[in-house]
Amino acid sequence: MIGTLLLQTLALAIPYVLAALGGVFSERGGVINIALEGMLLTGAFFAALGAHAGGTTLGLVAAVGASAALAGLHGLLCVRFRADHVAAGLGINLLASGLTRFLLMACFDSASNSPMLPGMGQGVLASPMLWGTIILVALSHVALARTPFGLRLRAAGEHPQAAHSLGVPVDRVKICGVIASGALAGLGGAFLALDNHQFTAEMSAGRGYIALAAVIFGKWRPVPVAAACLLFAFADALQIELQAVLSGYKQFVQILPYALTLAVLAGFIGRSRPPAALGAR
Amino acid sequence: MRELVAPALAIAVCVLVGNLLILAVGQQPLEVWSVLAAGTWGNGYGIGQVLFKATPLALAGLSVAIALNAGLFNIGAEGQLSLGALATAVVGLALPRSTPWPLALFAAIGAGVIAGAVVGAIPGVLKARFGAHEVIGTIMLNFIVLALINWLVAPGRLAQPESQSTAPVIAAATIPRLSSFVPALGGSAASLAALLAVAVAWLTHFGFRRTTLGYELVAFGLRPAAAEAGGIRAGRVIVVAMALSGGVAGLVGANNVLGYKHYFEAGFSGGIGFMGLAVALLGRNHPLGILLAALLFGTLSQGALAINGVVPKELIDVLQAIVILAVVAASSDVLRRGTR
Repeated sequence: MIGTLLLQTLALAIPYVLAALGGVFSERGGVINIALEGMLLTGAFFAALGAHAGGTTLGLVAAVGASAALAGLHGLLCVRFRADHVAAGLGINLLASGLTRFLLMACFDSASNSPMLPGMGQGVLASPMLWGTIILVALSHVALARTPFGLRLRAAGEHPQAAHSLGVPVDRVKICGVIASGALAGLGGAFLALDNHQFTAEMSAGRGYIALAAVIFGKWRPVPVAAACLLFAFADALQIELQAVLSGYKQFVQILPYALTLAVLAGFIGRSRPPAALGAR
Repeated sequence: MRELVAPALAIAVCVLVGNLLILAVGQQPLEVWSVLAAGTWGNGYGIGQVLFKATPLALAGLSVAIALNAGLFNIGAEGQLSLGALATAVVGLALPRSTPWPLALFAAIGAGVIAGAVVGAIPGVLKARFGAHEVIGTIMLNFIVLALINWLVAPGRLAQPESQSTAPVIAAATIPRLSSFVPALGGSAASLAALLAVAVAWLTHFGFRRTTLGYELVAFGLRPAAAEAGGIRAGRVIVVAMALSGGVAGLVGANNVLGYKHYFEAGFSGGIGFMGLAVALLGRNHPLGILLAALLFGTLSQGALAINGVVPKELIDVLQAIVILAVVAASSDVLRRGTR
């Protein structure tokens, strides 16, 4: 039971980690990203569409492309149009929800789910996406801490005016951060669909918001954020295992990840400091 | 006039995207729009159905607007109105059959408002005391409240045997249908609660313009630091705004039970929390604007049923999102021009 619990935790963590890494890139650049939810959902749908049309690889490419495009729209609204980041993000989520259901109807003639899809390997340990995710966590850390792009992105999120006066193209750097977040979240969504061998309507089920809570809990740094995601994924896995044991009270068990998110947001964060210009317009 | 720029732009973009999507599925835009118009404002029944759909949208929009005036996003209407509906139904069915109607209505609606206010206040307290962001807080609480309701509304607890719904409320606690006064509405589901929405719109307008509490909420929403410096207590404003917003969301639930279903049934409120945001943004956060925006979205939502044979009705959900995005993009532009 402990073994399956841990394997399940790893599998459930992948979409959280990828979406939350995306959140880090967006928010380190100063753009609040409530839209992670919609990007996961979009990634999941286009992964299903691509995988149905031409196999898993095409699915991954389609997921990353579509989700990055949606993120580009979010970046454009927040950075170029100076829109309110939260309102824009919620609008993006609503768009993703409507558009995926519209396309589900238009492409697969179903209101609820896509046809069955090919998966990737047997079990999570054999999945290339597990190892890919671990590598992406390390790469994200290096990209943010050790590259010119990371330095510029952080400068844009901390003090855009200062960055601008040093010749950093602030708006472009910020939009790149948001697009990177879309690509990563899209990959997370692709894993959701491929791991379930199917796209189902609204299958992101609040994971984008939980990932955002993990970004805050992990203090906007890739490795701690990934660790926070493991915690949420463990709560999720525990919830699934416990449902079998406590079937009469499964509604109470189901709320475990959500209650944990609330508790973490409210209590254990301590002195976490967001990027200074987060949400600035 | 400037107030109208953003909504007009939003509707234009919405029509444009709508046309593209209709063409993409191989249909004629003009044909779809005329089917939509005929199924809504084309006859008495359609008009009544638009009013029926617009009533909860207006209330949800007002709920979001109250929090938005204080600078807060209440995305938790789903949980607030569901518990509100359940509380309304439980009180409404427990009342003695001889209760006079004003008392019965007051008690049942009051229960819904209080339940909604409690659910709304929780993320308010979490934000005010612990700094937990209200958007994530309200959404997490939605999942928690809905799971709790699922447990409560089961046979042997609050539900009827072999069902997922409660017993009906007493007749004195129901809100009569408009069509029993205006036969031209052709048996549509609109109830007198439509007038309740108008009354709440006027009340919020009055409250924000003429009361101390309204002033405090708006002042805090515009410039939190300045408001605090002026002696307004931030924590209190956040909790009160969220509770009021939740209370109005509770009215949405009360309206569904007393004005339509007459009993509580789980899962009746698909996505109305986010639609409330769309209504509030398109209505420019102004009560009259919100009523008009609710009528527009009510038309779209009833129209979705009319066009479903021609194009997928999910088209309407896409259009609603487009309206939000366009308003969000355009209104900040207007704002910047104003301050320049």
